[in-house]
Amino acid sequence: MSSYAYTLLIPLIPFFVFVCVGMAEDKLKGKLGGLIGTAGLGIATFLSYYTAFKYFVADHVAGTGYTSLKAFELTWLHLTDKLTINLGILIDPISVMMLVVITTVSFMVHIYSLGYMEGERGFARFYAFLSLFSFSMLGLVLATNLFQMYIFWELVGVSSFLLIGYYYEKPSAFSAAKKAFIVTRFADLGFLIGILILSFNTGTFDFKELTNPHGVAIASMGGAAFMGLSVITWALIFIFIGGAGKSAMFPLHIWLPDAMEGPTPVSALIHAATMVVAGVYLVARLFPVYALGGPDALHVVAWVGGFTSLFAAVIATTQTDIKRVLAFSTMSQIGYMMLSLGVSGYGGEEGLGFMASNFHLFTHAMFKALLFLGAGAVIHAVHSNDMNEMGGLRKYLPITHMTFLIACLTIAGIPPFSGFFSKDEILAAAFNSNKILFGIEYFVAGLTAFYMFRLYYNIFWGKDRHYHHTPHEAPLVMTIPLMILAFGSVFSGFLPFHNLVTSDGLGFESHIDWMIAIPSILVGVVGIAIATVMYKKETALPDKVAGTFKYMYKWAFHKFYIDEVYLFVTKKIIFNYISRPVAWFDRHIVDGTMNGIAGLVQFASVSIKGLQSGRVQQYAFVFVTGAIALVLIYVYVL
Amino acid sequence: MNILTLFVVIPTLTIAGILFTKDLKQSRMVSAIGMTLQLILSAVLVYLYISERQAGNMAPMLFTFDALWIPSLNIHYAVGVDGISVAMIALTGVVVFAGIFASWKMEFLSREFFISLILLATGVFGFFISLDLFTMFLFYEIAVIPMYLLIGIWGSGPKEYSAMKLTLMLMGGSALLMVGILGIYFYSAPAGSPLTFNVLEIAKHQIPIEMQRFLFPFTFIGFGILGALFPFHTWSPDGHASAPTAVSMLHAGVLMKLGGYGAFRVAIYLMPEAAHEQAWIFIILTSISVVYGAFGAIFQKDLKYINAYSSVSHCGLVLFAVLMMNQSAFTGAVIQMISHGLMTALFFALIGMIYGRTHTRMINEMGGLMKVIPFLGVVYVIAGLASLGLPGFSGFVAEMTIFFGAYEHVDTFHRVATIVAVSSIVITAVYILRVVGTLLMGPITDKHFLHLEDANWYERLSTITLVLGITFIGMAPFWLSDMIHFSLAPLMAKLATIHLPGM
Amino acid sequence: MIGNISLNSFLVISTLMFFIGIYGFLTRRNLITMLMSIELILNSVNINFVVFNRFLYPNQLQGHFFSLIVIAVAASEAAVAIAIIINIYRNFKSIDVENLDQMKF
Repeated sequence: MSSYAYTLLIPLIPFFVFVCVGMAEDKLKGKLGGLIGTAGLGIATFLSYYTAFKYFVADHVAGTGYTSLKAFELTWLHLTDKLTINLGILIDPISVMMLVVITTVSFMVHIYSLGYMEGERGFARFYAFLSLFSFSMLGLVLATNLFQMYIFWELVGVSSFLLIGYYYEKPSAFSAAKKAFIVTRFADLGFLIGILILSFNTGTFDFKELTNPHGVAIASMGGAAFMGLSVITWALIFIFIGGAGKSAMFPLHIWLPDAMEGPTPVSALIHAATMVVAGVYLVARLFPVYALGGPDALHVVAWVGGFTSLFAAVIATTQTDIKRVLAFSTMSQIGYMMLSLGVSGYGGEEGLGFMASNFHLFTHAMFKALLFLGAGAVIHAVHSNDMNEMGGLRKYLPITHMTFLIACLTIAGIPPFSGFFSKDEILAAAFNSNKILFGIEYFVAGLTAFYMFRLYYNIFWGKDRHYHHTPHEAPLVMTIPLMILAFGSVFSGFLPFHNLVTSDGLGFESHIDWMIAIPSILVGVVGIAIATVMYKKETALPDKVAGTFKYMYKWAFHKFYIDEVYLFVTKKIIFNYISRPVAWFDRHIVDGTMNGIAGLVQFASVSIKGLQSGRVQQYAFVFVTGAIALVLIYVYVL
Repeated sequence: MNILTLFVVIPTLTIAGILFTKDLKQSRMVSAIGMTLQLILSAVLVYLYISERQAGNMAPMLFTFDALWIPSLNIHYAVGVDGISVAMIALTGVVVFAGIFASWKMEFLSREFFISLILLATGVFGFFISLDLFTMFLFYEIAVIPMYLLIGIWGSGPKEYSAMKLTLMLMGGSALLMVGILGIYFYSAPAGSPLTFNVLEIAKHQIPIEMQRFLFPFTFIGFGILGALFPFHTWSPDGHASAPTAVSMLHAGVLMKLGGYGAFRVAIYLMPEAAHEQAWIFIILTSISVVYGAFGAIFQKDLKYINAYSSVSHCGLVLFAVLMMNQSAFTGAVIQMISHGLMTALFFALIGMIYGRTHTRMINEMGGLMKVIPFLGVVYVIAGLASLGLPGFSGFVAEMTIFFGAYEHVDTFHRVATIVAVSSIVITAVYILRVVGTLLMGPITDKHFLHLEDANWYERLSTITLVLGITFIGMAPFWLSDMIHFSLAPLMAKLATIHLPGM
Repeated sequence: MIGNISLNSFLVISTLMFFIGIYGFLTRRNLITMLMSIELILNSVNINFVVFNRFLYPNQLQGHFFSLIVIAVAASEAAVAIAIIINIYRNFKSIDVENLDQMKF
């Protein structure tokens, strides 16, 4: 117990809001449910900011590192002799940083939704689910041990499921929710197996013990090998599968684009800023184990991240649904974060990638939430997701336009916006470690600028469309969050992350390496320039380009047919070639055997029932013959 | 009177009371009163048990009572409970209570229906309190026989076929069990001492290993048939599908648990050496059960079939855990029994209620029900999430305890089996979400459904009781797991005397 | 007088009666005749009882008593059987044993 015990309230307040609003859903008239939810989260946000201030500034002794401390812990269940599941609250730089990110974005989304979701059926239900999500996500980042994280990991998954399927009467929404849940569940299977292996070999779930670089846990990890890699490396790879599922890394990314079926504020909160970075957070949380115990696993992380960022960026250039463009952009950016973790080392300057990853996570949360909420405002105005049905909206939606532009510049890495700083650190980390990945990331930076400005021009410039009714700017409850997030996107780049969030808790000196930064700015500018030429005015150019790269375009447009592959595996193979035969086997072989036994008995009885003829004389004859036979046997044989 | 004997006396009195009633209203009222008393009694028992333990009573069984019944065979009426049986009794109390309210509108031969239902419950309660193998077997049979009547008379679909199949297969199990129990009896004491049926007495003595090898499969399969052990599970889908709601609830919720409990209390406890030797065969079978049941459920279209296959999978996990033979796995097995009991009872109750409204159980004939029957829809989603092992509900605690317990074995065989079992969590998610999606989500497919009414008070009472049970265990598993943990001490001590790796 | 007749002669006659009875029971189709055949069998047994008593244990009476019991049983049996036969006749309009094969399976 410590002076941070009050932090228990941060997750618990949303939980109580969820229970209360959820129970009384149909009785809460009008916006009451939303207001309760927003107020609850407002308190949580305030407490988080207070915690951040207290942890990073007030309680911090200058010159020392940041230590992690447990604010609260209780024993929940004795799992085995050695393993105990605790629930508690861990305060350390990354968890405090995540607290700020989650509560900020969540609070903004709560306010925004008061306008966006107005008049929807089940308004209170929406807020109940949002609160459930906030509770689970906060519980996840505050987890003191791996198992608590898994518990909240699952809860986050289910709240995401409930929110994607919010419009449950729309079949596409529910099937998207189902897909998201099952894909992440499959990844969680990997996570669980990883936990099983890791906890068995180290005898603990506790993060503090696991990640202590001088502790028993890391020391005990050499151990047995399996297929060329140590057992711990396997465990870490399995755990990463879990993280990859939540963070939509290739090839477990297929649920994220579909998840855009949910209401837009949900996409902003869950599928852009918070839940999808849980995978990054997981790897960051276990980072010392990865860096010191299983460097091979870290390479996997880096390559998966790098590949995903490229893959998603290519697809993003071809999509026409504005939310899907943003979804692929999210995947690409998370790929960056993963890569950055993957190339990082442990401690001091070596840990640049770790710091950069968290930095990018922070800035990305701001600008991506902003992009999604901006897209929400656009959708709110024109009632469509398709960018082909938009154009020239800058006149109608001035605030949205400005904030969207800021966000686009931020993600494109143009200084002095925050994205520039965090992306630059990632590129620097990659440059120090792996030149191929560094090259990929350079290219992706250009692609990012291109597709973001393609989106921007298609929405706000281009030909003025004829709309059914004139689009109008969103109400203040929606634009204020946009402005606050825009403010965050602009200025969060100046936060001294290299002093606050580092792999070993100690700060280090960091400066911008202009040799890397200037080319990256140039790449961004080139991307923007190409997009300007192609999309600012409606020309035939885009079609021509698409025509030139016909097959490439077609593949990218269809997301490289990954969905179809999955569909083939699930529908054809699992359903038709496993489940159907199992059902058949059960009915005909197993049950058939049982029925066969019954049939055999029946057959036997039919074939001997003729003896029971009902004729008295026949019975008597058999009886007498038997008696005589017995007598004869008795007399002559025995 | 001994408090445990009351668990048999109250249902008996209730049955006697029902005999004097005239119509549905009276008989259901008498049953409801009787089973409410029983539920209260279960709660009292839990309270007494915990306070007794806290007072420092370390006896393996509490509230024991012993009376000689048949002297020539040394058969006793011996009762006593430990934490495990207390938990099972509490489960039974809750499920029977919910079951009575789920059959509130049983118009056809209502008196006889409630009599049979409560007779079945009597058998189950008696089974859980018994310490004497003979009385245990007797109560087991009392629980199985009414099932035939309940399905055959009040069932639906091919009810005679299902009732016959279920009864014959369970009777087959009883026959094997009889061999096992008699065998145990004849080797229950060292030469010269009187033979006994008392579990505690037998446990003090070591049955010769040759006899164990012979008797263990009989006993384990005998109980395993009731616990839906692959490939002896096929009575379960047909039986559940044809049975009326309350009977499905009781059968899947409680009666199938007799299998797991018996396998644990008799087969493993009395014959640990043979269990250890032969476990691998049954571990293979149960791992198959777990995955196979889940795959089987994906393909089904009838709600009750889906749930029956899901039960095969979940009960397979119980037996799987029992065979892992270490403390955590045993604890997990008991929690899983309770959790599955509550969950599956809830499922069957909901299926019955939905069927009562839509008159179909085929999922492809339904859709969009969430909009018209939100209460039942929400509870169905909760049951589904609990079933696929969401934290906060009991299924998660049980599964995790089992998986971690099973993974404690260091050899490859057990670990592969564990990972196979773990993979069921994904398959479970697939079929649960498929049902939830088709049944509740999407647009309403049939305009007749527009006028359906949501749950009545007695339906709400029945489902909320079960949901509370599931959430309570899910949120605060420690009291249950500690209660079980303590009661495993005698068994663990016995296992420790034989050298087993991985303990 | 009876002393001149050997045991064998009695046994021969009783055996003959017994098998005649058996033969009658197996071959006759009329229920009444079958009943009469049973009476023959019973009487052959009675003869055996009495004769064995006379030759083996002349001072005791168990054999006589037993044959009396058999006679009593036979009488009541005849009464019951005839009652059954009458009922069968009422239902089937026949006392032919070939028609009475309903009691099967």
